[in-house]
Amino acid sequence: MKLFSELISTIEITNKTNAKIDALVQYFKTAPDKDKLWLIALFTGKRPSRPVKTTLMKEWCMELTQLPEWLFLESYSTVGDLGETLALLLPEPTHQLDLSLNEWMTELKALKPKSDEDKKAFVLEAWTGLDQQERLIFNKLIGGSFRIGVSKKTLVNALAKLTNIDANQLMHSIIGNWDINSISFEELIHGKHINYDNSKPYPFCLAYALEKKLTELGETNDWIVEQKWDGIRGQIVKRNNEIYIWSRGEELVTKQFPELVEAFSNFKDDFVIDGEILAMKNNDVLLFNDLQKRLNRKNVTKKLLEEVPVGFKAYDILEFNGDDIREQPFENRRKRLETLFNSVALPEHVKLSFIVDFKRWEDLHDIRNNSRAINSEGLMLKQKKSPYHTGRKKGDWWKWKVDPLTIDAVMIYAQKGSGRRSSKYTDYTFAVKKDDALVTVAKAYSGLTDKEITEISQWVNKNAIERFGPVRTVKPELVFEIAFEGIALSNRHKSGVALRFPRIARWRRDKPASEIDTIETVKQLITAP
Amino acid sequence: MSKENQLIKFTKKGIYCPQGKFYLDPWFPVEYAIISHGHADHARWGMKRYLCTDDSKAILQHRLGTDINIKSISYNNSKTINGVKVSFHPAGHVIGSAQIRLEYKGYVVVFSGDYKTQPDFITQPFEPVKCHTFITESTFGLPIYKWKSEKALQDELQSWVKTNQENNRTSVFFGYSLGKAQRLMSLLDGCDDIYVHRAIHNLNNTISGSGIQLPETKLWSADLDKKTIQNKIIIAPPALLGSRMLKRVPNVATAVCSGWMQIRGNRRWQSVDAGFVVSDHADWDGLISAVKATGAEQVYVTHGSQAVFSKYLNEIGIKADELVTEYGDEALAKAEKETENIVTE
Repeated sequence: MKLFSELISTIEITNKTNAKIDALVQYFKTAPDKDKLWLIALFTGKRPSRPVKTTLMKEWCMELTQLPEWLFLESYSTVGDLGETLALLLPEPTHQLDLSLNEWMTELKALKPKSDEDKKAFVLEAWTGLDQQERLIFNKLIGGSFRIGVSKKTLVNALAKLTNIDANQLMHSIIGNWDINSISFEELIHGKHINYDNSKPYPFCLAYALEKKLTELGETNDWIVEQKWDGIRGQIVKRNNEIYIWSRGEELVTKQFPELVEAFSNFKDDFVIDGEILAMKNNDVLLFNDLQKRLNRKNVTKKLLEEVPVGFKAYDILEFNGDDIREQPFENRRKRLETLFNSVALPEHVKLSFIVDFKRWEDLHDIRNNSRAINSEGLMLKQKKSPYHTGRKKGDWWKWKVDPLTIDAVMIYAQKGSGRRSSKYTDYTFAVKKDDALVTVAKAYSGLTDKEITEISQWVNKNAIERFGPVRTVKPELVFEIAFEGIALSNRHKSGVALRFPRIARWRRDKPASEIDTIETVKQLITAP
Repeated sequence: MSKENQLIKFTKKGIYCPQGKFYLDPWFPVEYAIISHGHADHARWGMKRYLCTDDSKAILQHRLGTDINIKSISYNNSKTINGVKVSFHPAGHVIGSAQIRLEYKGYVVVFSGDYKTQPDFITQPFEPVKCHTFITESTFGLPIYKWKSEKALQDELQSWVKTNQENNRTSVFFGYSLGKAQRLMSLLDGCDDIYVHRAIHNLNNTISGSGIQLPETKLWSADLDKKTIQNKIIIAPPALLGSRMLKRVPNVATAVCSGWMQIRGNRRWQSVDAGFVVSDHADWDGLISAVKATGAEQVYVTHGSQAVFSKYLNEIGIKADELVTEYGDEALAKAEKETENIVTE
């Protein structure tokens, strides 16, 4: 496991994607075939299920170290990662085990059905035979994911660099159905088990934020305006009776959205369509927060399908019955798309993204301002003659998002982050005034610079009221401007409101806590739908 | 008044000895300050009189001004102040660092300052001192902190430098000018030419001037030819991280050296190429063995994990209380930067 251990050390210390890619390439050049396959499996979520419960591992570690539980937990809350805490607390190894990644994974798979006694003997033998870094990796192999900033995309880019195979094809290959015992590394990356011609997507056409006055765009007649729906961009590829769904991150997400696959099988024609994947119920678009419950799931349960149904709004068509039509003007492509959608009966959660009806540019201001009420992020302005560009190009497509809402709130709790952020207080809870007391309105953990986070962490250390455990109650002193995309009444929140996408807009060093907003002023931001 | 109360009192200006009429490492200006070591959170400006170890004297003068009123004594020798017997004992933290022992009418208090129990190649090793009351630091007061031996550390650092050289990279280590820098010099001695930042260079001259031998180093200045420092070793204060001066180093590989590097999250936070666990403080086992060796009936736990460490001491049958002070890593980072007036251009 030495090679794998070194790879992980190299990857986790750097924040440069290229350095990560180089380290991966190096690993692929030197590691045994099966180990390479395991690495791909582990980094793409194809893990075998956890053979040993974390509670047991914690128990055995406490038994071995003779530490009281509170001290174990205190250590855990400082480290922020259980596998790492165990690795740091355990005593020095007494012997040396040298197994390959494949050998470890095979042993762990075999461990699953065994008794707790057998499991304990195996884990203790491993713990006492591995050094600190290897032990950490062993603990990670048992269950947790490797949160070290290697996305599927990074992995694919490394494989592409190694083999010169097209990255999207590699993505399809590694995500496709394959079994570690019946495929070789060469076969896997050359896509022996898939038919890439059927799944091949196009690069997405992306828009810049509007940076001029509407009137400077010229004639309103030359433009088509749509809502900027707030879900995830997706390409639906249908060829030879097979359907593939690609996300903007160029990941294959077909399995996550069975209702879309079902809906698109209604079509007779072949095509590649660009559109937005959204959480939808009864024709209404739900919040992105709802959609998130459906993302990156290994299994999509029936219950989840009912709770958060997913729909699709089509923006564009890039390929029709085998012909690449991206160079045609947008207005023609749109007509093609409309004809296609009118050709079959579709369930109501799959539809065209409607075109905004307007005469003069100034009409758009009100429409944009009302976007929030239908859970849209704002407007998209598209030049009628525009081709479907590769990537981001200025001029033909503009996005015109609504301004975020903001409030001033005071920090009342701080919690340490995880991974890279585990040493700092990065997750904060904010409150506004309610009569003479404070009431929690939002949690946020983004929007500050590393420098500000460091400064706030030091302040938290000095001003914490609670001293044990992961959460620090702090003196209500630091004021922040919180920006968010929407606000709704909610009886699940003590404050009575739920904010959507709250994040820190800026640290209001100039404001004392006495000048924060009240819950009444916050509620006034709610616009009746 | 109990004997302990005659010897130490915790005040807003720092730890005070009413009988002796002096303070230990005070954080506000006072008449008479006894200083454990030269770090800026312990040795501050504005005291009318200073007393420290012989090895710290030149460092304090270098940092606080040659015009300060300062006297020194050697380790394990004593001086009686208003009937209180005061002596310094090696703390193993940085060059010149000491625990301060106070004795009055047979009652003994020891203030640890900062200390490290594991011996290294350059600092006078820590010596446990028997006492009734022990005031201990607790910077790394959690069982996750366990340090490697100095030899293992030396191998680790030197092999990193060698790998860098094979890849045509210049190794830059970050550590405080006082303590960490000299420790790194001793760990890397003989590996290749060591260049040090001017702040460290000046401090090294001061230390050598007072008769302490240091490994050989060269001054790293902005006008050095790139070819000269290519593939060599540079030691710089943490303030240089991300600086313009650092950007001029060819093919740089950076490493932060600190006890905090024990945790992966901390290593990754720094955005450097490597993080080495090199600490000037005691690890968990070191803290416990030090406390036990004093035989103290009362322990006060200061800067760091005081809540956790004092709770643990009480659980293993040693009476301990928390003590809030103005010392510690964060105070040090801020104060060191101001004291050194470091040029990063």
